[in-house]
Amino acid sequence: MSYLKRMMMTTAAAVAFAGAAGAADLTVGFSQIGSESGWRAAETSVTKQEAEKRGVDLKIADAQQKQENQIKAIRGFIAQGVDGIFVAPVVATGWDAVLGEAKDAEIPVILLDRTIETSDPDLYLTAVTSDTVHEGKVAGDWLVKTVGDKPCNIVELQGTVGSSPAINRKKGFEDGIAGHDNLKIVRSQTGDFTRSKGKEVMEGFLKAENGGKNICALYAHNDDMAVGAIQAIKEAGLKPGTDILVVSIDAVPDIFKAMADGEANATVELTPNMAGPAFDALKEFKDNGKAPPKWIQTESKLYTQADDPMKVYEEKKGLGY
Amino acid sequence: MNTRLLPFYATLLICVLLYAVCVIQFPNMLSTRVLGNLLTDNAFLGIVAVGMTFVIISGGIDLSVGSVIAFTGVLIAVLVTQHGMHPLPAFAIALVFATVFGAAMGAIIHYLNVPAFIVTLAGMFLARGLCFVLTTQSIPINHPFYTALQGLYWRMPGGGRLTFIGGLMLAVFVAGIIIAHFTKFGSYVYAIGGNRTSAELMGVPVARTTIGIYALSGFLSGLAGIVFSLYTSAGYSLSAVGVELDTIAAVVIGGTLLTGGVGYVAGTFFGVLIQGIIQTYIVFDGTLSSWWTKIVVGILLFAFIALQRVLVFVSERRIAGGARA
Repeated sequence: MSYLKRMMMTTAAAVAFAGAAGAADLTVGFSQIGSESGWRAAETSVTKQEAEKRGVDLKIADAQQKQENQIKAIRGFIAQGVDGIFVAPVVATGWDAVLGEAKDAEIPVILLDRTIETSDPDLYLTAVTSDTVHEGKVAGDWLVKTVGDKPCNIVELQGTVGSSPAINRKKGFEDGIAGHDNLKIVRSQTGDFTRSKGKEVMEGFLKAENGGKNICALYAHNDDMAVGAIQAIKEAGLKPGTDILVVSIDAVPDIFKAMADGEANATVELTPNMAGPAFDALKEFKDNGKAPPKWIQTESKLYTQADDPMKVYEEKKGLGY
Repeated sequence: MNTRLLPFYATLLICVLLYAVCVIQFPNMLSTRVLGNLLTDNAFLGIVAVGMTFVIISGGIDLSVGSVIAFTGVLIAVLVTQHGMHPLPAFAIALVFATVFGAAMGAIIHYLNVPAFIVTLAGMFLARGLCFVLTTQSIPINHPFYTALQGLYWRMPGGGRLTFIGGLMLAVFVAGIIIAHFTKFGSYVYAIGGNRTSAELMGVPVARTTIGIYALSGFLSGLAGIVFSLYTSAGYSLSAVGVELDTIAAVVIGGTLLTGGVGYVAGTFFGVLIQGIIQTYIVFDGTLSSWWTKIVVGILLFAFIALQRVLVFVSERRIAGGARA
């Protein structure tokens, strides 16, 4: 039904504004990987919002997880003569030829969320990504500030073993608490980034640490595991957020609900808004010819219970997480 | 009019109509750039579809093609990047492997009398698994020879590019048409697809032809793998997943009968183009979900299968009527 409606609306819009299409001062093609995760879906909807805010005519092509579809889409954008191309590359390799064509056509390319391996960095204007090490550090810094001088035993729920966000978020957090000997990570295990595994592993931690009485804080590499762990803490008869501090990363809507209920304390946002800075960089480049730095780091914003979590929840709910 | 040609004309008509609709909505699509892109972007699909046309005309199916594309790509990447081999011998090794792989499947299908569906399904898993034995990562290919081949194109008036791989696909289609209609092998393929028993009785070398058909399909999959690795300059184990189904769709939309015996290589060319045009339209529109490609292809497939049934029904009636008269 919604597809049908959209189809009809598109057709109507195409008929009504056939001549006005050129009115937008900037046309940008966005080759998105797919919609494999909630975060990815949110990234797509935020990109649409950001484009609308700036009056950019945005064309999105969903690659269904396939590189060949992304290459086709990029070639299609070049043929249309768009003003800029955004790519969230599905793999790191194999972009030289098609990005070379974009370069020949003098269309700037901006990478979102992931980077590529290439021998010629001139093929893209800039890459907008988050720094996963920094995310972990923000979480660590928050805990250091919150705990103060009291001794604090931390348990850690890691992401999928060997995955780069898991490695980097662990490292960043350790950097954050380094030099504060009152903070100690006593247990650290993988919860595979999932809610159910997070709950299971937390149950183990609670049993091993005197029913949870020895634990002062939980650090989870993503919100989903934290939400599972909160459940486990409640079932053990403790108050999450009070007896055990909970800090995690990602800022998905559910963690804001938990914060509103006082069951979680802080989260670090992996922003789905990669497109906003990219649009600004593109506009700056188009208008003033000023090339942005090769890497634009997105803000890793910290949210706590003081930030009106219910309001953020309402804002994020509709994004497709 | 020959009813056998009707599906081909239907394909041609749909292709032209579709392109006309696109051009009316997006005048930019009437450019040599888009034409060049259609050929380049669908080169690997077109090449592998030529092989699939022979397989389906003979009444068989080859599900292994996507995996063989991925395997040859990974094999070449490993040989060139990790072992420092020149791409040309790597191409030769990949082509020999793919051809032998196809021939072996053909031999099993014929001598063990196993349905092609099962044998090539096994081949599909085998080839995909072998990719992961070689590597789980995506390996880039940075060889000057690759850069040279990628830079090889003829600039069409209007800025479009007829690339090396696009031209290669056109050459494969021409070769496929010649093999299908002007060689003994071609007529054997049609004969086996029409009626295997009577083909055997007429003295068609069924064993040799069956092995030849799958060897040809294997060879073209290998060639498509080379084209794909030129297209992405990388070898990746997870590439070309599901390409076998896109290929079968292109062949059937191109007017080839799934039951065998009837079909044209030229029709397959337009079947490939139709899929490419739909994808281009969706990129130009920019608001439609890409899954519309699948939906439209599904509808077209269904329409063509229905059309074929009607044609078979009509021609059977005509034969029956002719016999009575």
